[in-house]
Amino acid sequence: MVGPATAGTDVVRIGSGAGFAGDRTDAAGPVVAELARHDGPRFLIFETLAERTLALCQLARRADPAKGYSPALEKLLAPVLSDCLKAGIRIVGNFGAANPQAAAARIADLARAMGHAPRIGVVTGSDLDPARPVAEYAAREMGTLLAGRSEIVSADAYIGAAAIADALELGADIVVTGRVADPALALGPLLHVFGWSPQDWDRMAAGTLAGHLLECGAQVCGGYFADPGAKDVPGLADVGFPIAEIGRDGTITITKPPGTGGRVDRFTVTEQMLYEIHDPAAYLTPDVVMDITQARVEELGADRVRITGVKGKPRPETLKATVCFEAGYLAEGEISYAGPNAAARARLAAQVVRERLARRAPGLGLRVDAIGIASVFNDTAGATLDGLFPATESADVRLRFSAQSSDKALLDLMLDEVEGLYCAGPAGGGGVRRHLTARLASASCLVERAWTAPRATLFGAAS
Amino acid sequence: MTDPVLLHRLAFARAGDKGNRLNLALVCRVPEAFDALAAQVTAERVAAHFAARHPSRVVRYDLPNLNAFNFVLDDVLDGGVNASLGLDGHGKTLSFHLLALPLDPDAAVRRALLAVETTI
Repeated sequence: MVGPATAGTDVVRIGSGAGFAGDRTDAAGPVVAELARHDGPRFLIFETLAERTLALCQLARRADPAKGYSPALEKLLAPVLSDCLKAGIRIVGNFGAANPQAAAARIADLARAMGHAPRIGVVTGSDLDPARPVAEYAAREMGTLLAGRSEIVSADAYIGAAAIADALELGADIVVTGRVADPALALGPLLHVFGWSPQDWDRMAAGTLAGHLLECGAQVCGGYFADPGAKDVPGLADVGFPIAEIGRDGTITITKPPGTGGRVDRFTVTEQMLYEIHDPAAYLTPDVVMDITQARVEELGADRVRITGVKGKPRPETLKATVCFEAGYLAEGEISYAGPNAAARARLAAQVVRERLARRAPGLGLRVDAIGIASVFNDTAGATLDGLFPATESADVRLRFSAQSSDKALLDLMLDEVEGLYCAGPAGGGGVRRHLTARLASASCLVERAWTAPRATLFGAAS
Repeated sequence: MTDPVLLHRLAFARAGDKGNRLNLALVCRVPEAFDALAAQVTAERVAAHFAARHPSRVVRYDLPNLNAFNFVLDDVLDGGVNASLGLDGHGKTLSFHLLALPLDPDAAVRRALLAVETTI
């Protein structure tokens, strides 16, 4: 299944072009420039799919069959596409979202406009049958959000690296996927180049860890890290994105392009190793169960860190799937109080809104935060804020009211009550803002592998 | 009586989320801090520190070779990023709530503080 063409290769270089759809569009450039200075197999990976992105893309595809791929595709890919193709840097990205074929068509158009005609590999088969009864998902859910529901928007499984390796095997210069496990974006290229056996669990785990360290872009290079005085990061405004050098034996070295900001050291790497990990002895992926409890992290020099000792165990029987469903609307209304006695006036305003909504919209769950006293550290029941409100004086408080419902009129009523504070609330209330946002919620299920049909094809080729 | 020492002085932290589950990686600034934190920053202490969010379960995983701990807190994200009414449904800010945990400045903590001061 994996060819011997690169059997002599000892190091694969994989750079990160984006860690999420909203990532910086000028970050991939220095990564590509650095990769272009080297020989051997080189890849650039893009991770662009948050949990609910698939549902948004599914809705976009329903409205227009030529859409449904990541809206970030063009802005992330266009700046580096030509340079990658010229330098022989192959691209792997999950831009496909709900429509990998349409993403491939868009990439082909982009490339053509730049004078290129790349081979584009398309990985499909992670989307689950939309006709399957919701109850079958509910029976496999890790939780109870789907119980009693009759409609879902999207259901996609996190598939593994094999289909990505297959697409590269077909000669793809660019591989576009839908939902895949994020680390598979790096593991796929490693399987292709090194021809590791899928049962070589330690190497599968090493490739998975390399992908895990790359998948959030700057987060391993000093992004999501700086804490002035405690953890200083030089040049954060131009923080570099990571490049991993992976050896045939599974040794990983993380670095970043010269001339970029940020830092790569044992602290940035350790924090990212544990990011979104639960049991560090058993991180479940479609390809392997990863164990990092014996891993060693060594600083080799400036911005170079080596990771060894990651272990693997046989992959799980089931795949994780994300099922998205419509969940009404989120309403958010805000108003500010400042200066002497601001906290007391804000507290009074919150009481007024609560008292009126208890009469006018009984049953509507209302959350109240006071930015400047307790907001992100507050809890929805409000116990934290209640404990601080009487005692804490703040000269600048922004009250935030929020509620969720499928009844828009009810939420409008809530927002009207916030706006009504202008003339009928406490003294000096200003700066009202009101937002109503449609919501897609998501549930996680464990599904049979047979529910998916991972497949790699070349775009435009007869299948 | 000596003033409590904030965990922030001895460790770094990073928050990650999956659904309604939060993980907080706690990385010692110096190896000398590991034993001091192992003794004081227990799963029970962390559960109490986050009590307002009613965690259904808190587990601490120890990673001595990485000088780190991983805390997993279940059901503390108000349903998670796609369901929470709060501003930070990911819980990304909560690493700094953990770092606000006060430590008893016992001998082990004082030794670790000295190591931090001489390292930096």
